[in-house]
Amino acid sequence: MSEAVLPPARVALVGNPNSGKTALFNALTGARQKVANYAGVTVERKEGQLTTPDGRTISVLDLPGTYSLRARSPDEVVTRDAVLGKLAGEQAPDVLVAVADATNLRLVLRLILELKAVGRPMVLALNMYDIAQRQGLRIDLEGLSRELDCPIVTTVATRKRGIEDLVAQVDALARSGALVADSTWREPDAAQIRLAHREAQRILKAYVRPPEHPDTLTGKIDAVLLHPVAGLAILLSVLFLMFQAVFTWAELPKDAIDHGFQALGGLIASNLPPSLLRGFLTDGLISGVGSVLVFLPQILVLFLFIILLEDFGYMARAAFLMDRIMGGAGLHGRAFIPLLSSFACAIPGIMATRVIDNKRDRLTTILVAPLMTCSARIPVYTLIISAFIPNRSVWGVMNLQGLVMFGLYAAGIISALGVSFVTRRLFWRGAVEPFLMELPTYKLPDPENVLRSLYIRGKIFVSRAGRIILPLMIVVWFLANFPGPPRGATDPAINYSLAGLIGHWLQPGLAPIGFNWQMTVALIPGFAAREVAVAVLGTVYAVGGQASPGALATSLAHHWSIATGLAFLAWYIFAPQCVSTLGVIKRETNSWKWPLIAFGYMTALAYLAAFATYQIARASGLG
Amino acid sequence: MHDMLAEPMSSDAVVQMDEPADGRLVRLSQARPGERGVIAEVRAGSHADDHGVGVDELHRRLLEFGFVEGAVIEILHEGAIRRDPIAVRLDDMRIALRRRDAEGIWVLLDVP
Ligand SMILES: Nc1nc2c(ncn2[C@@H]2O[C@H](COP(=O)(O)OP(=O)(O)OP(=O)(O)O)[C@@H](O)[C@H]2O)c(=O)[nH]1
Ligand SMILES: [Mg+2]
Repeated sequence: MSEAVLPPARVALVGNPNSGKTALFNALTGARQKVANYAGVTVERKEGQLTTPDGRTISVLDLPGTYSLRARSPDEVVTRDAVLGKLAGEQAPDVLVAVADATNLRLVLRLILELKAVGRPMVLALNMYDIAQRQGLRIDLEGLSRELDCPIVTTVATRKRGIEDLVAQVDALARSGALVADSTWREPDAAQIRLAHREAQRILKAYVRPPEHPDTLTGKIDAVLLHPVAGLAILLSVLFLMFQAVFTWAELPKDAIDHGFQALGGLIASNLPPSLLRGFLTDGLISGVGSVLVFLPQILVLFLFIILLEDFGYMARAAFLMDRIMGGAGLHGRAFIPLLSSFACAIPGIMATRVIDNKRDRLTTILVAPLMTCSARIPVYTLIISAFIPNRSVWGVMNLQGLVMFGLYAAGIISALGVSFVTRRLFWRGAVEPFLMELPTYKLPDPENVLRSLYIRGKIFVSRAGRIILPLMIVVWFLANFPGPPRGATDPAINYSLAGLIGHWLQPGLAPIGFNWQMTVALIPGFAAREVAVAVLGTVYAVGGQASPGALATSLAHHWSIATGLAFLAWYIFAPQCVSTLGVIKRETNSWKWPLIAFGYMTALAYLAAFATYQIARASGLG
Repeated sequence: MHDMLAEPMSSDAVVQMDEPADGRLVRLSQARPGERGVIAEVRAGSHADDHGVGVDELHRRLLEFGFVEGAVIEILHEGAIRRDPIAVRLDDMRIALRRRDAEGIWVLLDVP
């Protein structure tokens, strides 16, 4: 048989969480899957391809990390089934690559003993070998390889070191083909786990000499960051600084983009004769899509913070500090990281709940995840805050706008805890599952990884503007312009358009919460994604001749009362508008019941919160 | 000192102690930061419905995380509210867990 017709060899990466499987996967296949310094980053199987130097295709599978094949949570089930070849329509991999953190071998050795029972050929990748060498850890590679009866390759996934060697070993094993034995793996009981541990301990003693310079830095940093008082104070300060920075650091680039769009609008207005095309370019494109794009710097600043904290290893510490508070609200300890990911977007957050084993714990987390302030709310919050909250400093050091932003995030967190608390009290009483979490060693964030992650985030934001907002704005702009006003009409033309009619027709329902017809119009296409509301407001006010491109905040400040502005903010703390989130809830829970419940309770809370805010603000003379 | 005799030693637990037997034996759930020692025994706990999973399941999870007889353990930190959760160093790993899940782990503390 010639090389060309050989089926691609199939390889799976298996190992403890946070051992660098995804970093290795990226290095092998050129993919850009998320890598971060905490356990449970990868929650689903990802496939990639590589070609060996002599032209053979190898398909690589990245899997969620696990301590045992005895899977308990949905993500671990994926790993077990992939390794055992039980996934629907998929065979067991030809070769297993056991990925180990070379500085933390004890638990992975036990996992390797389990993997050996599966009977597949295996290569051991001793990853993070750079750190092992820095610590002066001595591993007898030959002895260990003989003992485990599998080839060993040392790798530094983040520096792409050892990759060719690994590919060569995998290729050789895949070629030899005949080594596959039947799986004798069965769920170990307590006594067997103990036995395997003792065996792992013996192997460790025989082939690994303890490091000459063990890592002492992590302990020293933890003494401060996990301190019961100082630790919490630092956590709060970090969050606080993050939201201040979203406002202060991003202000300059945001203004620059804003001015750029204004200049572009002016250029179009002075060079094109008044026409439908010109109207669409200035009102639909620049005032609409542009008013969302100006928030790119804000999004990037927020993500810079999140990515740095993730890579540094702080997330598990934050989970530790918050555990008791979350537990009090009936949330599982492992809910912290999914909820934190929801700051970026509820979709990866909801997917990350796969690390939670208990169904009710997982459902509670899924239901409250959309209450965490996702980045799509940033354009809405920033727009309204800059329109209605004066930009001045309080107590000398803090920026009032940043303070309000912090307050909105806090409101999101507190309501998530509240909803979880009520759910657990009313519907799902009962104990919360055990919670064991590894605290990873601190690592200096790798600038390349930080920039790459930041780039991916920026790209997602911009491409959403192209894929979701742009087509919607074409529709909205059309609705806002047609039909044209009747002859002799005195009101602005938009009042006679379809958008105007719909807005005026539905507005009475939203009058008690202080929303005008323009806001009503904005909420409807806003169901596609939260930030669309900003784009619609931009277009509606521009078509209505009430805003020049790029000056949306000023015209909102002019046309809305403060009470209305605050009510809009309150609505968006709970706003249910995001079809993709509802879709992912449907997919993860496999039923329409949960997205409907999420939608229902969020709409109710949004309405109530906006109502209370509007009425209270009016009563205090802000109407 | 906790009353060891009140709870029978489970049969599958093998206690290997290099330490002289005059150290103090405590549940991990009651240990304080700074204390260190060797795990003497890991038992399937006694409060079945407190953990949301069976005691046997909790037992196996603890074992899989490396809480096994003979492992060296040190309590590093505890949370602000009710001293919960705790962070421990277990051999060369750092692990966070809640006190109530640590009840079945008995630690023979080093004599200071
Ligand atoms: N110094 C060093 N760091 C590494 C190496 N490989 C991975 N890392 C870092 O280790 C951390 C974990 O890497 P991931 O690839 O996300 O680990 P994973 O095994 O996929 O983790 P899960 O998906 O949670 O199971 C990240 O912070 C990486 O940057 C390495 O060889 N050397
Ligand atoms: Mg991963």
